[in-house]
Amino acid sequence: MNKIKCECGHINPEGTVLCEACGKPIEGNQHIDGNDKKLLLNMRYEGSARRSQTYRKSFVDKVWSFFSSVKVGVWLIVLALVASMIGTLFPQQQFIPPNAESRDPAVYYEAQFGMVGKIYYQLGFHEMYSSWWYLILLGLIGVSLVICSLDRFVPLYKALKIQKPRRHETFLNRQRFFSETEEVSKADIGQVKEKLRKQRYKVTEQNGHILAEKGRFSRWGPYVNHIGLIIILLAAILRSTPIMFTDEYVWVRDGETTVIPGTKGDYYVENKQFILDTHDPEDERFKDALEISGAVASNFQTDVVIYKATNNDVPGAKPELEPILTESIQMNKPAKFNGYTLYQSGYQPNEFSSMTFKIHETDDEDATAIDSFTINLFEPESEYILDNGFRAVIDQYYPDYYLDDDGIPASETNYPRNPAFVLAVYPPETSLPEVSFIGIGRNIDATGENEYKVAIQDFETHFVSGMTLRVDRTLIFFGLGAAIFMIGVIQGMYWQHRRVWIHPKNNGLLLAAHTNKNWFGLARDIEKAIEKTNIKMVEARQELDK
Amino acid sequence: MDLVNLSGNLLYAAFILYLIATLFFGATIRDKRSTKSKKGISGNIAITITILGFLAQLGYFITRWMASGHAPLGNMFEFVTFLGMAMVLGFIIIYFMYRIGFLGLFALPLAMIIIAYASMFPTQLAPLVPTLNTSWLYIHVSTVAVGQGILFISFVAGLMYLIKKIDQKKRTKKNIGLELILYMIFLFVGFIVSTTTFSIMDYDATFEYQDGTQIIETEYRLPAIAAPNNGVLLTENVMEPWFEAPGWMQGADAGRKFNTVIWSVITGTILYGLTVLILRKRVGAALQPLLRGVKAELLDEIMYRAVTIGFPIFTLGGLIFASIWAQIAWGRFWGWDPKEVWALITWFFYAAFLHLRLSRGWHGEKSGWLAVIGFGIILFNLIVVNLVIAGLHSYA
Ligand code: HEM
Repeated sequence: MNKIKCECGHINPEGTVLCEACGKPIEGNQHIDGNDKKLLLNMRYEGSARRSQTYRKSFVDKVWSFFSSVKVGVWLIVLALVASMIGTLFPQQQFIPPNAESRDPAVYYEAQFGMVGKIYYQLGFHEMYSSWWYLILLGLIGVSLVICSLDRFVPLYKALKIQKPRRHETFLNRQRFFSETEEVSKADIGQVKEKLRKQRYKVTEQNGHILAEKGRFSRWGPYVNHIGLIIILLAAILRSTPIMFTDEYVWVRDGETTVIPGTKGDYYVENKQFILDTHDPEDERFKDALEISGAVASNFQTDVVIYKATNNDVPGAKPELEPILTESIQMNKPAKFNGYTLYQSGYQPNEFSSMTFKIHETDDEDATAIDSFTINLFEPESEYILDNGFRAVIDQYYPDYYLDDDGIPASETNYPRNPAFVLAVYPPETSLPEVSFIGIGRNIDATGENEYKVAIQDFETHFVSGMTLRVDRTLIFFGLGAAIFMIGVIQGMYWQHRRVWIHPKNNGLLLAAHTNKNWFGLARDIEKAIEKTNIKMVEARQELDK
Repeated sequence: MDLVNLSGNLLYAAFILYLIATLFFGATIRDKRSTKSKKGISGNIAITITILGFLAQLGYFITRWMASGHAPLGNMFEFVTFLGMAMVLGFIIIYFMYRIGFLGLFALPLAMIIIAYASMFPTQLAPLVPTLNTSWLYIHVSTVAVGQGILFISFVAGLMYLIKKIDQKKRTKKNIGLELILYMIFLFVGFIVSTTTFSIMDYDATFEYQDGTQIIETEYRLPAIAAPNNGVLLTENVMEPWFEAPGWMQGADAGRKFNTVIWSVITGTILYGLTVLILRKRVGAALQPLLRGVKAELLDEIMYRAVTIGFPIFTLGGLIFASIWAQIAWGRFWGWDPKEVWALITWFFYAAFLHLRLSRGWHGEKSGWLAVIGFGIILFNLIVVNLVIAGLHSYA
């Protein structure tokens, strides 16, 4: 390694731009920070030797330089930004509206948005945020964060630790804040020191050379915040494993008890009652708005009892349930038990629980019931034998009836949301059934010759509550990362590293100052310190871009 | 007088006070040429009136809260008004750091446009839906708004920098770009003017159209230039639509919103055209002399400083508090909902801004363009994402 010895005696590592101790620009290295083309010195890393700028030969060097470049970092951020934008151009697959003509992505995008939609789908933009290349982009940002932080942290730390109050003249007169005063009294210098101390600067002296410094810790802000970001990215990777993250959905109807998926059969939930409250339309305050918008919900709530199955280890045994928690789950108020969290996430109004049918003579205009029977829609029996000698047989049951594309009756789900039946009714002492198709708003006589007609007499409905079960053991890491990030940005943004150098020269002095941001604040500090002295205010020399 | 009326009047008072304060901030520029102390006086009066206006608006906020029983942050009117208030707060904070009156000359009118824009939306007290019914609503929304209010100051300083520095002698890409930005401000005014005009006339036309599997009725408050896609006009004796909104426009009431955009563009363009006719030059060129006495370095510093202050607050409110709330409400702290994605985009953008400034030395003009674009992204998230790319957060 080619160490560089400065005229002040300090030995600098290879690649140093400004001597770590006295700040004198080291010849031959000025191009590294672009100082050769400017009047002012680039002070960002104190001209310390960074690996990325020093070793650029081997493959590893090249990779290191690539990822530690902020230019590359910004490009990665911009790419992620643009990709994120494109992802909101059309709805992501999960947000395709429920009333769309088709929710099949292969159909939806083209039908709704034409050619552009088709291309969008074919490029996989409808699942942008889980696409491999979006994830790789985030991963590369992570890699870049780690390498750039390592590249700069150690040299910067060393340079700030070693810096001496005595600085080389070239270093001082190439600072953005600089002035030279010909004639200064000792008393004036004493006052400046005192005033700087009062403003909480740490003042160190070496043969009349003075360094006043404050807020150095704010220089570590970016490194701290980047550590926070890295923790967040690691947490995101952890979250993709099933041990750390579980996500299940369960529908439970009023009064039902069911096993909670995702708990390995350990826990059961009973839905005592689902409650849907709406705002009172007569409420003086909201009358006008409610008139326009119609009813607005004020509360979704499921009163639940959570049970633990105590004999889950006995295979095949009927579970013995022991209640562990009674809770009213609401929006923004989930139930928590043993690391699991259960959220209110949906409901199904008016699911049918039972239907009562009556049988009457087809010609009877009053439709007087001769007989009736009730079908429990969750446990329908195959045959109902009635008091007056009728027999009703369920030939087909469609809990959630619809006509499929070929016009054939089918059931969309297994939930009785739109129940329909093909019923065979055997009048007393006959063996030939009369067949009819019956559902909500439908009553079709199969042959048109039925002597008896079946009709819906009554029905009962209930609510079904939809609940999400989540286990997220990564939350703590995300929280930690976010907290560290916030500490880091606040540290770096709300404090600034300010330094003032005083360099005696003949009878006068050189005054120079630097801060990493908020020059206005630094100028005010200096104004206060040199008030009523002979010392000239520093001149602000900024090189603004065109 | 009941609370709701009182609240409305306080908001109105705030608006008038901001207007008066703007005039006094205007006087600080004129005074520049006379004595120094006079400048101080009009500056002091101006900031005092600004603070009074802010207090009046705070009064609006509190009385409305008392009237409805929840913080007024539940719909577009309430949120945008609050953002306007946060913008004024951002200005007051930065004013006391740098004591520069001319910033107010630009910041206050822009904040007023935002507040006027807000009151174009339905202003009745509305009840909260269960999702919003939590104190996380105020924690999240108010932090985001304060962050955005401060980032707004960065936009104002950036815009002023561009107005000051961009050469207006002959037409260039740069001054056309700047003119485009100013033109967009005119479009906002166009929206306000056309909406107000027709609401005074009580204009109303009803359409019926099919959305997916549902039939929907929609009320036009502006004469229909663009009808909803496949829409049928139900009201008689009103203007017949000229054409239909294209079918790919998505979401609730796409046709009506598209029609509103058309009206804003027409009215805004007329206003812009008249302004240019009267001034006989580009608006940017007409504003430039106002900023003669202002130091470019100071504008540059303010636009950067506002980002360094606003960025952490925005991160806290828009990403961290937002995630905590989403975790409590839906059990997932991040769901790639469009609104969330745009908060992330805003965050990425300002991160890029900070890195470019630090490492590439993008100061001055480049930085000014970025500050303007950054706030453009915030407005995009507020307006386009809320009203067009409807997701979970959709207010409208
Ligand atoms: C979205 C991701 C990122 C965020 C939010 C972020 C945030 C920040 C913030 C807030 C600062 C302080 C800026 C200032 O004080 O003005 C900073 C500085 C910095 N960041 Fe990042 N950063 C991100 C990604 C990256 C990446 C990928 C790199 C890789 C090259 C990087 C390299 C740096 C460097 C070198 C500094 C400057 C340190 C200094 O000059 O003292 N950052 N970052």
